[in-house]
Amino acid sequence: MLSIRNLQASVNDEPILKGIDLEVNAGEVHAIMGPNGSGKSTLANVLAGRENYTVTGGEVIYQGKDLLALAPEDRAREGVFLAFQYPVEIPGVSNIYLLKAALNAIRKHRGEPELDAIDFLELVKGKIALVEMREELLYRSVNEGFSGGEKKRNEILQMAVLEPRLAILDETDSGLDIDALQAVASGVNALRSQERAIILVTHYQRLLNYIEPDHVHVLAEGRIMKSGDKGLAHELERQGYGWITQPAAGTSP
Amino acid sequence: MATADQKIDALIKRDYQAGFVTELEADAVPAGLDEGTIRVISAKKNEPAFMLAWRLRAYRHWLTMTTPQWAHVHYPPIDYQDIVYYSAPKSGKDGPTSLDEVDPKLLETYEKLGIPLKEQEMLAGVAVDAVFDSVSVATTFKEKLGELGIVFCSFSEAVREHPALVEQYLGSVVPHTDNFYAALNSAVFSDGSFVYVPKGVRCPMELSTYFRINASNTGQFERTLIIAEEGAYVSYLEGCTAPMRDENQLHAAVVELVALKDAQIKYSTVQNWYPGDEEGRGGIYNFVTKRGACRGANAKISWTQVETGSAITWKYPSVILEADNSVGEFYSVALTNNRQQADTGTKMVHIGSNTRSTIISKGISAGRGQNTYRGLVKILKGAENARNYTQCDSLLMGDQCGAHTFPYIEVKNPTAKVEHEATTSKISEDQLFYLIQRGLSAEDAVSMIVNGFCKAVFKELPMEFAVEAQKLLGISLEGAVG
Ligand SMILES: Nc1ncnc2c1ncn2[C@@H]1O[C@H](COP(=O)(O)OP(=O)(O)O)[C@@H](O)[C@H]1O
Ligand SMILES: [Mg+2]
Repeated sequence: MLSIRNLQASVNDEPILKGIDLEVNAGEVHAIMGPNGSGKSTLANVLAGRENYTVTGGEVIYQGKDLLALAPEDRAREGVFLAFQYPVEIPGVSNIYLLKAALNAIRKHRGEPELDAIDFLELVKGKIALVEMREELLYRSVNEGFSGGEKKRNEILQMAVLEPRLAILDETDSGLDIDALQAVASGVNALRSQERAIILVTHYQRLLNYIEPDHVHVLAEGRIMKSGDKGLAHELERQGYGWITQPAAGTSP
Repeated sequence: MATADQKIDALIKRDYQAGFVTELEADAVPAGLDEGTIRVISAKKNEPAFMLAWRLRAYRHWLTMTTPQWAHVHYPPIDYQDIVYYSAPKSGKDGPTSLDEVDPKLLETYEKLGIPLKEQEMLAGVAVDAVFDSVSVATTFKEKLGELGIVFCSFSEAVREHPALVEQYLGSVVPHTDNFYAALNSAVFSDGSFVYVPKGVRCPMELSTYFRINASNTGQFERTLIIAEEGAYVSYLEGCTAPMRDENQLHAAVVELVALKDAQIKYSTVQNWYPGDEEGRGGIYNFVTKRGACRGANAKISWTQVETGSAITWKYPSVILEADNSVGEFYSVALTNNRQQADTGTKMVHIGSNTRSTIISKGISAGRGQNTYRGLVKILKGAENARNYTQCDSLLMGDQCGAHTFPYIEVKNPTAKVEHEATTSKISEDQLFYLIQRGLSAEDAVSMIVNGFCKAVFKELPMEFAVEAQKLLGISLEGAVG
C-alpha cells in the first residue's frame, strides 16, 4: 500500500529526514518509535503534504500513485488520515459540522452521494461509542475547551468516521491517562482490517501494550536505524534508544 | 437545510414582495440639484405639502454642510450636480435585455448561490415581466397583514395613505440636520419601505425588501421608517444576498426605527452591493444612517448586519436608549476584500435607567481591504445602572490588509458598567492544514474558519438569511487564500 523510498525532507532548509525507507502493506500496523526530535512528526507531516516541509529527494508510492504529487486535500480524500499530535481548536465550527463536511468531501471524491442528516447522525453515534466520547462534544466547537484526552479521542472519532486506508497516528498516546489510552486503543483496534494500514508514531512502548504492532521501527537522526517485531519495542523499553543511535556504546562485550 | 415548508414560505414571501406595484412615472429628471429638482420630485410623487416643506428644509440645511472627513475611508470627491436625483424604474431600453449581456462573473456568483434564472434576471436588472404567477397569494398576504392592522408598503404609498404617521415620526430619530448624507437623503429621497405594527400585534412573518424591485432600482436615496407600537414585534430583513447590479455609485440611505413600550424591532441586513473589481474600479459608495429609538420602557432594538459588498461602507446602526430598561443590540460582520474599505460600527446612547446594550463586531480583512470598527458607547448622567458589553474581533487574511478599532466610551454616570474586549487574529496555518487534511479544499477550509469566526453574529440572523450569508462569505473571499 505504501512504499517510502529514500525519502529526504527539510524544514527551513534544515535537512530533517535523511533517507527513509519503509514498506507498509494493507492490514499491517507499524509502530515508529524514536527519541524526541528524531523526525517522526516530520515524516507524518510530509506524508500528509503539509506546507513548509520540503521534499528534497526520494519517492512515496501510495496505492500505485505518486503520493507526493497529490495536493494535501486529495491525499486525504484518497484515504490518508493524520491524527495530529496537537489537534488545533477551531472556534465557532461545530465538531459535527466539520465531520459531515469532511465525510461528504471524501464521498464526493469517491463518486458516492452525500449522506443525509439522519444517516450521518446514525453513523456518528455508532462511532462515538467506540471511543467512549461524550456526545455533547459533537456539538461543541472543534477541540475548543476539550481536555487533552478529549482531543485525542476526537481524532480517533474522526478517523473512525472517515475510514481511511492509511492512518497515521502521531503521538496519539502522549499525555493520556489510562482510561483515555484504553479508549483510544480500542477505537484503533476496531479499525484494524485487511484493507487498512496503520502507522503509530509513538515515543513510548506503553501504547503498544494495547495495540499490537506487526512491525516496529526506530527512527533516529532522520533515518530508520532498526526494524523488528514487537519484541524490539520491549527491548527499547528496557534499554532506551541509546544503544541504537550510538552503536558503539550499544555493543556489549 | 430548510424544510419544504420553510422553502414554500420563503417563496410566498418573495411573491408577496414582488406584488408591490410601483406608481412612479417612467421618466427622469436631468442631473443636478436645486430647489426646483426637489419640487419636481415631490410633485411627481403627488406628495402632501408637509412633505415638500420638509424636503426643502433639509435641502437648505444640507447646503450649509460639508462631507464628513473623519472616517477611515478614501475616495475622490463626489460631484453632487452630476447625479440624477429622480429616475423611474429601468425600462427595457436602459438595462441589458438578456442575461447574455450581463457580466459573466456576476452570473457565476448567482449560480453558486443557487439563485433561479428568473431571479437572476431581476437581480441583474434584465427587463423582465416582474409579475410572478401568484399575485393572488401576494394579495392574500397583504390582506392578512391588513387584518392585523399592520401596514407594510413603499414609502411613497405611506406618504399618501398614512400621512399622519409619516409626519409624526419622519425625522424624529434621524433629524434632517443629523449629518451630510442624512440631510441629502431627506431632501431627495426617492422611495423605500414603511412598516407600522399596531399595539400588541406580533407580526407573523419576516418582512423583507428582497423583491422590492422598484425600490431597489430607485434605491439610491432610500428612506425606511419602522414603527412598533406598545407591545408590538416585528422582524425586518433588508437587502438580498446576491450582488445587485446597480449603476448608481452613491447610496445614501436613512433608516429610522421607533420602538414604544415593550415593543421589539429586529432589523437584519445583508448588504452585497457591487464592491468594484480587484483593482478597486467601480463599486458602490454606501453612506448610510441607521438609527433606532427605544421610546418606551422595556423596548428592544436589535441590528444585525452582514456587510460584504460596496467599495466603501460608512455605516453605524445605532440605538438611542431613551426609556428605562430598554435594550439595544448590534451584531455585525463586515468583510473587505480586494480594495474595499469599510468604516462601520454603532452608537449606543444610554439615557434611561437600567438600559443595556450589547455590541458584537466581527471584521474580516483580506486582499488590500481596510476594515474599521468605530463604536461609541455613551452613558448619560441619568442612566443609572446602565450596562454595555462590547466584543470586537478582527480577522486578517494576508499581510496587505488592515484592521482598525476605534472604541469611544463616554460615561457620565458612575453606576455604569462598560466592558470592552477586542482581539485581532490571523487565520492560522495549523487550522487550515487541519481542515485540508480532513479532505476540505483550501477555499472551503477558509470559509469554514471564517464562518466559525462569525458564528456569534450569524446566529442572530433568521435561518434562511444565515444560510445564504454563509455561502456569501465564502464567495466574497474567493481568491483571498494563498
Ligand atoms: N516547523 C518546523 N520548523 C523548524 N524546525 C522544525 C519544524 N518542525 C520540526 N522541526 C525540527 O525538525 C526536527 C524533527 O522534529 P519532529 O519531526 O517534530 O520530531 P519528533 O516528532 O520525532 O519529536 C527537530 O529538530 C525539530 O526542531
Ligand atoms: Mg512529534
